[in-house]
Amino acid sequence: MSDYKPFKTILTGGMALLLAVFIFSGCSSSKNHTANDDAADQVYVPPGKHDEFYSFMSGGWTGNISVYGIPSGRHLYTIPVFSQDPTDGYGYTEETKALLNTSHGFIPWGDTHHVEPSKTDGLYDGRWVFVNDRNTPRLARINLKEFRTDETLEIPNTAGNHAASFTSSNSEYVSAMSEYSIPLPKPLGNGTDVAIDSYAENFKGMCTMVKVDQKTGHLNVDFQIELPPFDYDLGRFGLGESKDWVFYTDYNSEEAHTMLEVNASQNDKDFVLAINWKKAAKIAHQGKGQVVSAEYDHNVVNHKTGWAKTEVKKKVRVLQPSDLEGAIYFLPGPKSPHGINVSPQGKYISIGGKLSSTVTVYSLDNIRKAIANHDVSKTIDDIPVLSFKDVEKEQVKKAGLGPLHVEYDGKGYGYNSAFISSEIVKWSLKTGKVVDRHPTYYSIGHLTVPGGDTRKPYGKYLIGLNKITKDRYLPTGPEMFAGEQLFDITGDRMKLLLDFPVEGEPHNAAELPASLIDTAQVKYYDLDENHNPYVTRSESEAKVVRKGHRVDVYMTAIRSHFMPDNIEGIKIGDEVHFHVTNLEQEWDIPHGFAMMGMRNAGILLMPGETRSIVWNPTKKGVYPFYCTDFCSALHQEMQGYVRVSSKNSNVKIAYGTNKEL
Amino acid sequence: MGRQPQPSHSHSRIFFKMNASQNNTINKRNRIVIAIASILLLAAFIFPLWQIRLQAPQYPEGLGMNIWVNSIRSLHPHNIRTINDLNHYVGMKPIKPSSIPELKFMPYLLIGLSLLGLAASISGKRSLLVSWMVSFGALAVGGLVDFYKWEYNYGHDLNPHAAIKIPGMSYQPPLIGSKQLLNINATSIPYIGGIAVIIAFGIGIYVLVKEYRKHKVKKPHFTGF
Repeated sequence: MSDYKPFKTILTGGMALLLAVFIFSGCSSSKNHTANDDAADQVYVPPGKHDEFYSFMSGGWTGNISVYGIPSGRHLYTIPVFSQDPTDGYGYTEETKALLNTSHGFIPWGDTHHVEPSKTDGLYDGRWVFVNDRNTPRLARINLKEFRTDETLEIPNTAGNHAASFTSSNSEYVSAMSEYSIPLPKPLGNGTDVAIDSYAENFKGMCTMVKVDQKTGHLNVDFQIELPPFDYDLGRFGLGESKDWVFYTDYNSEEAHTMLEVNASQNDKDFVLAINWKKAAKIAHQGKGQVVSAEYDHNVVNHKTGWAKTEVKKKVRVLQPSDLEGAIYFLPGPKSPHGINVSPQGKYISIGGKLSSTVTVYSLDNIRKAIANHDVSKTIDDIPVLSFKDVEKEQVKKAGLGPLHVEYDGKGYGYNSAFISSEIVKWSLKTGKVVDRHPTYYSIGHLTVPGGDTRKPYGKYLIGLNKITKDRYLPTGPEMFAGEQLFDITGDRMKLLLDFPVEGEPHNAAELPASLIDTAQVKYYDLDENHNPYVTRSESEAKVVRKGHRVDVYMTAIRSHFMPDNIEGIKIGDEVHFHVTNLEQEWDIPHGFAMMGMRNAGILLMPGETRSIVWNPTKKGVYPFYCTDFCSALHQEMQGYVRVSSKNSNVKIAYGTNKEL
Repeated sequence: MGRQPQPSHSHSRIFFKMNASQNNTINKRNRIVIAIASILLLAAFIFPLWQIRLQAPQYPEGLGMNIWVNSIRSLHPHNIRTINDLNHYVGMKPIKPSSIPELKFMPYLLIGLSLLGLAASISGKRSLLVSWMVSFGALAVGGLVDFYKWEYNYGHDLNPHAAIKIPGMSYQPPLIGSKQLLNINATSIPYIGGIAVIIAFGIGIYVLVKEYRKHKVKKPHFTGF
């Protein structure tokens, strides 16, 4: 059975590597199984005091972003992004439903991966964070004044949108990228319904440059670049000197389409794709490439009305590598690379050699020289491949087994996570020598230093995002929250401060200083500026209107009653739209609206906000509804009744609060 | 004073009479002071007269309202709305600035008062100064009594169907000072506009006293000629 051979090789290889790691990572791992006693002081945020940083963690398969305070590790909030949230009605209310529209229809879930804050001059500016859905290729923009999703954009001609939501130094662009290549429709390809084993011939990768409107933040697919069918894994825009460039790792240069764990792990070297996005944009704007038909949804919240609307986009400009002379290169990378991270000044680009024990560091100067000298070993689909020796600066040896990602502290050190040997390794950018290592519990994926992807990292802390939790907390059955670990990196040695569990599976995180965000928070919505078409600005405007089978209930909520709270005249088969306006104009006084038998969702209404939810009653009866958010001493009394009569009944619409119907 | 010999009674009477017309006018410096005080009154159009602040455990940022010469406004946006929301549980009537007639004519009274002071200053007539201060005093007392009456009514005229009824409890905020009303500590103090009015009144009294004392003090000087 020759099929077993690759497995055997991998297994033996893996064993050997594990042994090797044991030897060269030495005996450093017996220390720091738990934090030092004085760590408590460093993470203790007294009652009533605030954390120093907000940490935005992608939720992975939760489809959301979770927000934590650092250094306390306290869970502050969860922002629904690509997944419906039945607790506040996100994706269920008429206002928010459109945010989850795609060309495949309504998709109520997602897989968030990389949270990337907006930047100005290579520094966080606190305007937005961007995040990608890997599954249904989408990008989202979150506004940091409300901690709400403002916009989602589907990415056409793309699948497995993993290397995404990275943004340029001034957030001119956010990029999206295919991990899974797919066949492209005509005229780009031979159509989408082709044999899977025609992969090499028909499948293509796709890089997408999404332009960000600097005023509104609105996203727009500016252009795409068709690529060879490799798996593009991660990426980063340059900083400082390299700010015009964007770099992506890729594996599967073997172009395998089945049993990738083996078949995509055969070549000794894979690639890093380097694109001069500024040049590429210029070329695209000169009208190069083809504008082809496509179908992808762009969903944007109108802040005046509170409604998200879907615009179906029909066109996209696609460039070929041959259009991009001097703007696109392959750099040979380590075998099956994973993370790629640019140093704060933009001079060095580090790549985690997922299946090795080294981090490869490229130098921008060397890349420039190689380009100037045309040190091209070959071309792949019109993309010149620069020679490896010419672009490499150094290999960081003993970087643990399975190095994945690198973060920088701004003081000349890189920190890489090592998944297989479960540790963080600190090394000097100058010498490439390892200076410290610390075990993690267990199997660390991404790691993050506050501001670690900016020109000026805040340093101070490092958070390891572990993939395996096991015995670190009280067990909760087979599934547990992911375990994150906070380190102090101000000294020569990393110091473990805190373990804290987080929901979902954070694939990466970004920390913004509290001062960049906290004072700008919206506390409530001004009723006078609520232009929702179904707003009810005062109790005297509350009404119930029937139009055929559709009944619109214009309802208000205020401490501690609804207006109207008694409604009659609803019939089976009606489509009842409750438009509930929270009349409060005060911070943190939301009301909820919940209806017995509601198959849709409960909703939460922020002060001054209107939300609409649709109810299709199917059985006769009197249905109580109530406020779900403990709003006042008379919260329990905040309730009402809707009477549902049979289809042919002649009960007339009648409604009111504190009056006989 | 001690060095000068005391004037004889007859002397003083003569000189007083001689200077009678002169003494009915306010001296130049005081006229300027009166003008300043009259203009100071108008500060009430720029700053609130009075401030009522409410503190409660769940309002760390505080709630409050400013009473202006022609309106009542929230200290922080929408505070009056919130205060009305909270007050309805104990059956207090909502505070509706538009339904308070005093706020409609108070600006005219204040302008009138300022003009009267200016008239006293320009004409220099002591009689006008006296009538300025008399009307000022009357308006001040009347205003405070009226304010107290409004507070009394808000605090006592409660809806009998209110959700929270505590026998014997009323919710009248203090005229000046602090008072605990259930979970809320209410503080009422004059604010910049009000303080300006008080200072203007003080200045008026000071000038009046000075003008009055001038005759008595000036007597020895006249004998000195």
